[in-house]
Amino acid sequence: MELNARIPSGPIEQKWDRARFEYKLVNPANKRKYDIIVVGAGLAGASAAATLAELGYNVHCFVYHDSPRRAHSIAAQGGINAAKNYQNDGDSVFRLFYDTVKGGDFRAREANVYRLAQNSVNIIDQAVAQGVPFAREYGGLLANRSFGGAQVSRTFYARGQTGQQLLLGAYSQMMRMVGLGGITLYPFHEMLDLVVVDGAAKGIVVRDMKTGEIRSHAAHAVVLCTGGYGNVFYLSTNAKFSNATAIWRAYKRGAAFGNPCFTQIHPTCIPQSGEHQSKLVLMSESLRNDGRVWVPKRAEDRGKPPSQIPEADRDYYLERRYPSFGNLAPRDIASRAAKVVCDEGRGVGPGGLGVYLDFADAIKRLGEDKIRERYGNLFDMYQNITGENPYKVPMRIYPAVHYTMGGLWVDYNLQSTIPGLFVGGEANFSDHGANRLGASALMQGLSDGYFILPYALGNYLAGVKADSKPSLDHPEFKRVNAEVDARMKQLVSIKGKRTATSFHKELGQVMWEKCGMARDRASLTEALQRIPEIREEFWRNVTVPGTDADFNQALETAGRVADFLELGELMCRDALHREESCGGHFRTEYQTEDGEALRDDERFAYVAAWEYRGEGQEPVLHKEPLAFENVKLAQRSYK
Amino acid sequence: MRLTLHVWRQPTPTAEGRFVTYTADDISEDASFLEMLDVVNERLIESGEEPIAFSHDCREGICGSCALMINGVAHGPVAGAATCQVHMRSFRDGDTIVIEPWRARAFPVIKDLVVDRSALDRIVSAGGFISAPTGGTRDANGILVPKADSDAAMDAAACIGCGACVAACPNGSASLFTAAKVTHLGLLPQGQPERSRRVLGMVAQMDAEHFGHCTLYGECQDACPKQISIDTILRMNRDYLKATATKRPERVAAGEG
Repeated sequence: MELNARIPSGPIEQKWDRARFEYKLVNPANKRKYDIIVVGAGLAGASAAATLAELGYNVHCFVYHDSPRRAHSIAAQGGINAAKNYQNDGDSVFRLFYDTVKGGDFRAREANVYRLAQNSVNIIDQAVAQGVPFAREYGGLLANRSFGGAQVSRTFYARGQTGQQLLLGAYSQMMRMVGLGGITLYPFHEMLDLVVVDGAAKGIVVRDMKTGEIRSHAAHAVVLCTGGYGNVFYLSTNAKFSNATAIWRAYKRGAAFGNPCFTQIHPTCIPQSGEHQSKLVLMSESLRNDGRVWVPKRAEDRGKPPSQIPEADRDYYLERRYPSFGNLAPRDIASRAAKVVCDEGRGVGPGGLGVYLDFADAIKRLGEDKIRERYGNLFDMYQNITGENPYKVPMRIYPAVHYTMGGLWVDYNLQSTIPGLFVGGEANFSDHGANRLGASALMQGLSDGYFILPYALGNYLAGVKADSKPSLDHPEFKRVNAEVDARMKQLVSIKGKRTATSFHKELGQVMWEKCGMARDRASLTEALQRIPEIREEFWRNVTVPGTDADFNQALETAGRVADFLELGELMCRDALHREESCGGHFRTEYQTEDGEALRDDERFAYVAAWEYRGEGQEPVLHKEPLAFENVKLAQRSYK
Repeated sequence: MRLTLHVWRQPTPTAEGRFVTYTADDISEDASFLEMLDVVNERLIESGEEPIAFSHDCREGICGSCALMINGVAHGPVAGAATCQVHMRSFRDGDTIVIEPWRARAFPVIKDLVVDRSALDRIVSAGGFISAPTGGTRDANGILVPKADSDAAMDAAACIGCGACVAACPNGSASLFTAAKVTHLGLLPQGQPERSRRVLGMVAQMDAEHFGHCTLYGECQDACPKQISIDTILRMNRDYLKATATKRPERVAAGEG
């Protein structure tokens, strides 16, 4: 396997223009002779499917939900960044590019990030044209807010439902093309494998979730926009069904996996309330503007009601450790600091996994009404979930997994190491380096879908003969189809004693403890031993009731967990090899005296791309060196 | 908590369904309603029985997947909440809870509590959009939208497409769902060129999918987890009347097609 990022030559401002000019084109009359499979209909998938269909290609879009509108992009709250400089506060494409590369702790590809910043302005135009109801000022102009990691106001938002509104915008364009016949939609279809014929991606094998039937679909190219893999931790802020199966199957068919260990952990989530917990809910980071984070100074006080812990016995640890940023320390710092105090036995709430976020001072200073006006909906949401009134008692928060920067490796054209297999959105590794800034995920998904994939696909298809789509009778299709079918039948026939979810929880615990907010050689080595053991028991002792020829949610879960059990191992392997700390990847052996992430640019300024070499074989590491020509490599500090 | 559940079980779309009674023991009142079902399902799987199929995903009230009739009320006892946002502290120890799928002619049951809501997608396909192909759009601030209109559009656009309005309606009408989209887009300057086509297309599709008519019971707005107002239906009806009265045949001039 050879990694070629295919970054166009020339100054960074001109690379994307140059690429688009050099891209080959498909004649409008010929576009309808090409079939493109798009898997997933979140922001990246829906926008790519709609745009490709508008261009005239035959698009086949597969989603495992009942409707494409349910993809997890819908849950994004805060906003979307764009370098519009509408606030006249000094923003520019270059500044957004700079902030994103720096925020990513210098582990992203400069050329990709610059293009993302360029496209950001078009995304807002596109969304407004579709009728996305962004927040507005009285004069009718668009409103902006600020977000972490930036000193300008460049975030566009639709209340706390920006992801929903952007997704519904893309969905509406997609459904328009469904009505016009440009897109064939396959709801309740889960991709279970990729078919590669003569070295190029030519189709997928899916399971019709309503009937259990395994079917193959052929095309001239395949686009995966299947989201992130945060659910490998079992508990995360991802939706329950979010899974890694599509990208993991592609990896096993030859697509390199980039930086699998880069996961982001968000500091302000509602803590777990008990064993029954199925997922975690994010609370907007903005709460840290007025809330003060603390735990008791002494472990024995942690069972006391907070009102009975006097000021002198409280440890406002963020203010203590980071006097200048205080409670607004960046996400990775704040998350790790919470873990440290909980590990010391000073965490509060059930299981000691929580810290207080206290608004008492702010309420005393500003009044309850002012706090209600600023955060009313968040306080309501908290009270709904926990049954506690945060105006009276401090909130309890704890960090949770919510985004994965890693994903399938792609070149500048978003093409994986398998020709004809393109990857967009969170499913690829491309733009966020080792840490994603807030309000950048929506931007990346739509940039990929509306403005990059449609051009890149044309360039690829221009070199593919229209009559080259293999028939479903091709031996490779038959072989993969049979493999998938056999795997499903195997899962229902094991008839062991444990549920798939119990294995998922066990894996999640290992991942969280050994490969979570802080990792070290010993913990990762232990995880690398433990995960294969869990996997071995899974394939011996899992129980899946019902049959494979039916709507069977237990079977769906089991298949996804089986893949997480493999992916988790690769994440640990990647985390172990990267002997430095950067962004969300914090190796405790590599930190400054102040406890900051200590990068090693000499040895690790590269993308780690892992190649699958077969069952029982160790994957092979390939390195794509990263060159920083426009942003100077520097150490981040938040003291 | 200990609860008695009467749950609708229906193995296939054509099979006859029935209520099956389960006892849910040792349930935390901090659990969400769906987490309670998770616990029940884990126990069922461990005993080799098929778990209760139900729709869910984001579990924070935004994806619109979850869809349960709880004691005859769409999304259960908490106002302005989807099923996933209902917690067991809303019930009492010893309660009996009846759990059913959405019941509407246009939403056939797939299995147990899972229904097929693709009819709602087809209504959107029939006009629930502004035709804005990618590229060729003007600068976003070139379109001014009064804040009041934008806020009202957002109120309607908050719809999560769960179908509770249909399930709650004695007529099985999708009017609130359809009207929310007609209102969202009709309030915006960008939505004006297609305003008539949109409402005509969407209403025709709503009929074709065998949703009932609206007779203004108002049950839908009470059931709506996003508390969308039936004022939107009045707006849709006005738009529909106007569009019907002013409808002109669509012409294709020679050489244009």
